[in-house]
Amino acid sequence: MDGNVHPHDDDNVHPHDVWSRALFKQFKDAGVKLFSYIPDAGNARLVELADEDNETRTVLLTTEEEGVSLAAGADLVGERAVLMMQSSGVGNCPNFLSFVKGGNFPILMMVSMRGDYGEQNPWQYPMGEAVEPILEAMGVLIFKVERADELEGAATAALNTAFKAGKSAALVLSQKFLGAKGF
Amino acid sequence: MTEITLNRIGALPQIFPNPDDYLFVTGLAGPARDAAALTNDGANMFTMAGCMGAAMTMGLGMALSAPERDVVVIAGDGEMMMNIGSLATIASQAPKNLTLVCVDNGGHGETGGQDGHTSVRTNLAKVAEGFGIQNVLTVSTDAGLKDAAEFVKSGNGPRFLWLRVMPGEPTAFKRNMNPAECRVRFKTHFLAG
Repeated sequence: MDGNVHPHDDDNVHPHDVWSRALFKQFKDAGVKLFSYIPDAGNARLVELADEDNETRTVLLTTEEEGVSLAAGADLVGERAVLMMQSSGVGNCPNFLSFVKGGNFPILMMVSMRGDYGEQNPWQYPMGEAVEPILEAMGVLIFKVERADELEGAATAALNTAFKAGKSAALVLSQKFLGAKGF
Repeated sequence: MTEITLNRIGALPQIFPNPDDYLFVTGLAGPARDAAALTNDGANMFTMAGCMGAAMTMGLGMALSAPERDVVVIAGDGEMMMNIGSLATIASQAPKNLTLVCVDNGGHGETGGQDGHTSVRTNLAKVAEGFGIQNVLTVSTDAGLKDAAEFVKSGNGPRFLWLRVMPGEPTAFKRNMNPAECRVRFKTHFLAG
């Protein structure tokens, strides 16, 4: 710590701070250098942490599928990336996920869910319900987190699946874990 | 209307006389064939035959992950238009070692030559500048290829080279289109170097 007052210190701690710190450490320890994302409440704190760290880099995308090809480009030169997005963004990715079945590229994703447990916005349900069928259709293995005590194990499994077994993996954070947004 | 007299056949070898010095990513269709002929389908090039729109950010991922190498993306106008927002992503990251080359024939050559947006009103140089890519060059004549060859070596990236070519067949070249084989080939070659 540098002694300055930070917006997330003390009583202003970000609601996702604790698990985001733990997950960021897991990603970083596994050698993930590029953190690409479309902003979402579920990945906001993790993006801040990756931004603050000197050894990792964040990449703001314009649409989620860019993160799939970004990760494939990193893989070609031996580096590791994670694509972080809301569940709606999974709907933008399928064509580019051809890299998975066609090319054996290990794509790692973190999906923060909308349109599942407790969702109040009806627009979020169609894609929320389609996340798992789409990922399965394109050959991405799903590691779902519904409780805080499941996160570490699911993240370890997803990282090993991607970077040791060379198969693509999605860490899917449900609203049961994240909490549902009020409207 | 700018008169376009540039022939795509033989253009890339004049711009990149030493292709072994670069890592290349290409999009699909004609530009991939032109590019594969440049390197004789070399292990320093990853060409695609699907995932239209992926080439630009694949090049970005490579450029950010291998900052000591010069990375070149070669893609058609249709490929660029399909994920044109990638230019914003690239401009924001501003990798000094990334050059984008758009081989723009003004249409969809692979599917019968149907007109594309750039043959009508879309000006890709202004688009690239508008997204924040500062080094942009347009070439539409054979004489301009010397400028293009200088451009890809000068200053800092990201660079955007808009090659406006005449309609017509791309370079006749058959390349390996198995992505898994090409991934291993590229990665093995890179990591050995």
